[in-house]
Amino acid sequence: MRYHTPSTFRDAAQIAAGASGVTRFLAGGTDVLVQLRAGAVIPDDLIDLKKIAGVYDIARTGDGGWRIGIAVPGIALGAHEALRAEWPGVVEGMELVGSTQVQGRATLTGNLCNGSPAADSVPGLVAAGASVEVTGPDGQRTVAVQDIPSGPGKTSLKPGELISAILLPARGDHAGDAYLRFIPRSEMDIAVVGCAVSLRLDGDTVTEARVALGAVAPVVKLVPAAAQAIVGTALDDAALDKLAAAASAACAPIDDKRGTIAFRTEVAGVLAKRAAKIAYSRAKGDRA
Amino acid sequence: MSKIHVTTVVNGDAVEFLADPRETLLDCLRDRLGLTGSKEGCGTGDCGACSVRLDGTLVCSCLVLGVEAEGKQIETIEGMADGATLHPLQRKFIEHAALQCGFCTPGILVAAKALLERNPDPTEEEVRFWLAGNLCRCTGYDKIIRAVLDAAAEMRQEAA
Repeated sequence: MRYHTPSTFRDAAQIAAGASGVTRFLAGGTDVLVQLRAGAVIPDDLIDLKKIAGVYDIARTGDGGWRIGIAVPGIALGAHEALRAEWPGVVEGMELVGSTQVQGRATLTGNLCNGSPAADSVPGLVAAGASVEVTGPDGQRTVAVQDIPSGPGKTSLKPGELISAILLPARGDHAGDAYLRFIPRSEMDIAVVGCAVSLRLDGDTVTEARVALGAVAPVVKLVPAAAQAIVGTALDDAALDKLAAAASAACAPIDDKRGTIAFRTEVAGVLAKRAAKIAYSRAKGDRA
Repeated sequence: MSKIHVTTVVNGDAVEFLADPRETLLDCLRDRLGLTGSKEGCGTGDCGACSVRLDGTLVCSCLVLGVEAEGKQIETIEGMADGATLHPLQRKFIEHAALQCGFCTPGILVAAKALLERNPDPTEEEVRFWLAGNLCRCTGYDKIIRAVLDAAAEMRQEAA
């Protein structure tokens, strides 16, 4: 295994593009090192991205959004008060990943690129309308977060391409987001179902919404029908029931020991309702 | 496979070692530097027995490559006592009998110290969540939590 420490993303992309064997990018390493240890993936070339300038930064962008470096660990995300105030759903999703120790290393970018349908930080990013800056050997492009996962453990990134930043849009006024997951324990588990809701209000009325579901399909899903169920409403009981029905209808989960198809489908609706209520109260100014 | 020369600081002492790039920081601490206080329970970041601080951040040393330690500051369990004087957490673990086999203890002590530096007055719930990534198969956790809370009280100079 060759260990590389490029100083730019372009160099990293060129190393990857020129490699003939198995290549892995190293950010937090909480998935890569486990796969290495298990012998599941032993890279020929391991490209450590943490020597690239800016990878630990959380910076305000010109349009009022945020640019989050690819090596920012969960614990730094959680400690960033301005980001947490604007995007509490994104931050709480990441904070559910692993233990305190894992939070010291694990990153949003790694959680996304690992390609797990149950990744806790991804529904929040999808609901937020986040995108990623992708650097390849031939240049950069911007891709919506929901277009990155292409199946369990797979992404749409081409050989040589890597994510060089996470981009959150400007939050704007009267808006809130939330992420909830179901696990049978209280901590340290993988989502059986996850749901994120981001919405904006005009007075009491929802004017914009995005709903994303995790662990109920081969990839984290954006569910436009669930968002449509609450837009134009004041999140009354009828709207919440329609939201739950639309979320459940979007599920195509697996049946396994952690949750049956029927259970995951029902819980998706329940979590969508609860997350929407939290997002709504946050949009009203609730800081919890 | 060529080894990489790594210069780092462990518990305040400058050290250097040669690491195969596949070796974890835990491997390097134990096998290259002889610091066997950090334990390998799972090797996959689940058990916390290998907890160390990397530039102040609590991490599993099994999820860090040895070569990533270059230029960093590392704190391990070996740096916790001041000579023969135990850290209050170490003393309270003995007083409360907060260990049986002891395999998880170094990681829990390192993790608990990180917590108390960040939050000198944690609730029981905060201690339990902070230490959720430190698995103990002997004690059932109760004595561990009591020892941490008691040490916190002593460090705040309050009687528990």
